[in-house]
Amino acid sequence: MSHHLVAVSDLRFTYPDGTAALQGVTFTLHHGESVGLVGANGAGKSTLLLHLAGVLVPGHGAVRVGDCPVTPRTLAQVRRTVGMVFQDPDDQLFMPTVEDDVGFGPANLGLPADEVAARVAAALERVGALHLRRRPPHRLSGGEKRAVAIASVLAMSPDVLVMDEPSSNLDPRSRRRLIEQLRAFEHTKIVATHDLDLVLDVCARTIVLSGGRVVADGQTRELLADDGVLAPSGLERPLRLQGCPRCGA
Amino acid sequence: METSRIETALGGLGSLDELAARDTPAARLDPRAKVAVTVAFVAVVASFGRTELGRLAPLAAIPLALGALGDVPWRPVLVRLALASPLALGVAVFEPFLDRAPAVVLGGVTVSRGDVAFLVILAKFALSLGAALLLVATTRFDDVCQAAGRLGAPRVLVAQLSLTWRYLFVLGDEATRMLRAHALRSPGAPRPRLRTAGTLLGQLLVRATSRAERIHVAMRCRGFDGRLPARETWRFRRADAAFLGGAAAVLVAARALDVPALVGAALSGVLR
Repeated sequence: MSHHLVAVSDLRFTYPDGTAALQGVTFTLHHGESVGLVGANGAGKSTLLLHLAGVLVPGHGAVRVGDCPVTPRTLAQVRRTVGMVFQDPDDQLFMPTVEDDVGFGPANLGLPADEVAARVAAALERVGALHLRRRPPHRLSGGEKRAVAIASVLAMSPDVLVMDEPSSNLDPRSRRRLIEQLRAFEHTKIVATHDLDLVLDVCARTIVLSGGRVVADGQTRELLADDGVLAPSGLERPLRLQGCPRCGA
Repeated sequence: METSRIETALGGLGSLDELAARDTPAARLDPRAKVAVTVAFVAVVASFGRTELGRLAPLAAIPLALGALGDVPWRPVLVRLALASPLALGVAVFEPFLDRAPAVVLGGVTVSRGDVAFLVILAKFALSLGAALLLVATTRFDDVCQAAGRLGAPRVLVAQLSLTWRYLFVLGDEATRMLRAHALRSPGAPRPRLRTAGTLLGQLLVRATSRAERIHVAMRCRGFDGRLPARETWRFRRADAAFLGGAAAVLVAARALDVPALVGAALSGVLR
């Protein structure tokens, strides 16, 4: 296997209504890296993520995952490698019970029933949701739904975790728990979010998107303290890197 | 207010389903047996003629037994029957006017064949819908879907049914939020006018469609190929055989023999 896991080169994409969402995006992800993808609303974050999972087909340029380019033919392989956690857990949890939902992916991989059950238990355990296994997903709280959505992807043992706004709509404690879990995952991660404090905690590297282009790519600690990069992209420093509101220091 | 009515209706729908999560003898029965019995039951109920009121009576034994085995509270079932009854009443209400031929004389009052037909329609409605409600109250809805699939219902239909059940609540929530948002900005008329209602409904359709697309994408990302994977493995046990055998005996007897007439004959024999 090559040393980089995900390679995106000169990716361009225009929606049918004429919105040019991506205008030449290039970057590579290496094994075990954890990358924050930040940018204003409409900067192209979600569109980029959908390309990584092979949901959208590039208008120009290419995406490679592992050893293969993402094309309609390699989709099965790509989706085994890339696990995508969607922004709204209700879109992701469609089976009647939590354990059926988490088992959906492994069952589609053709695994035998006992292996599916073992993976379901392990994935739910990992996100602290084992006790929810018999519950219907639509009756869970927001934080529980998010945990189960993440478990449903972990159960497929992906190499890369792709997450769209994982901390949106979470209460502070659920958010903190999510951050702890994300830090513990050994997977390669790419997290699109407006929660820059989460990026500071989870991701060593940050990519800033603006107007469908990569405007900065570097160490999170440096980038998120650089107002020259943040302000033009519609972002501000994470709270922890802002001055003290009392003393101004 | 309109919004709260949707919430109550959907909440009620869910509460019947929640009854099925309890551990009762009826809930432990094999879902396939319960689905098969319910389908056969509805078919037998429908098979009786428009004035065969008495012959329907013994059939009530099956839903009564299932309800007792499932420890189902009767009130929610009766309330739902009452809620749906206008449909049956609408169909039945003309019968007494269409057929005035006398059927029986009870205590000096002549009951026409139309009157009997009216009661037969209501009885058929109550028995069939009652049986379906009891099935849902004793069997988790996804088990009903899956059992129907195992018994030969088309795969697409089964997938549709179980996804509809899953997203009914999401759609309800969406509708509730829209109506609430509408009501808050039109204090004088909390109910949408026809024009606005059309827009709201269209909006709901568009939202439902785009959600369906997102769900489809999420499913494909996890390897969906058009088939929902089979889940539970059920074992057909002795209790299931007993339930199936008992129900079959009642259905066959009700269909083949005129039970009320036999009972009547036996009683008059005793009295004589």
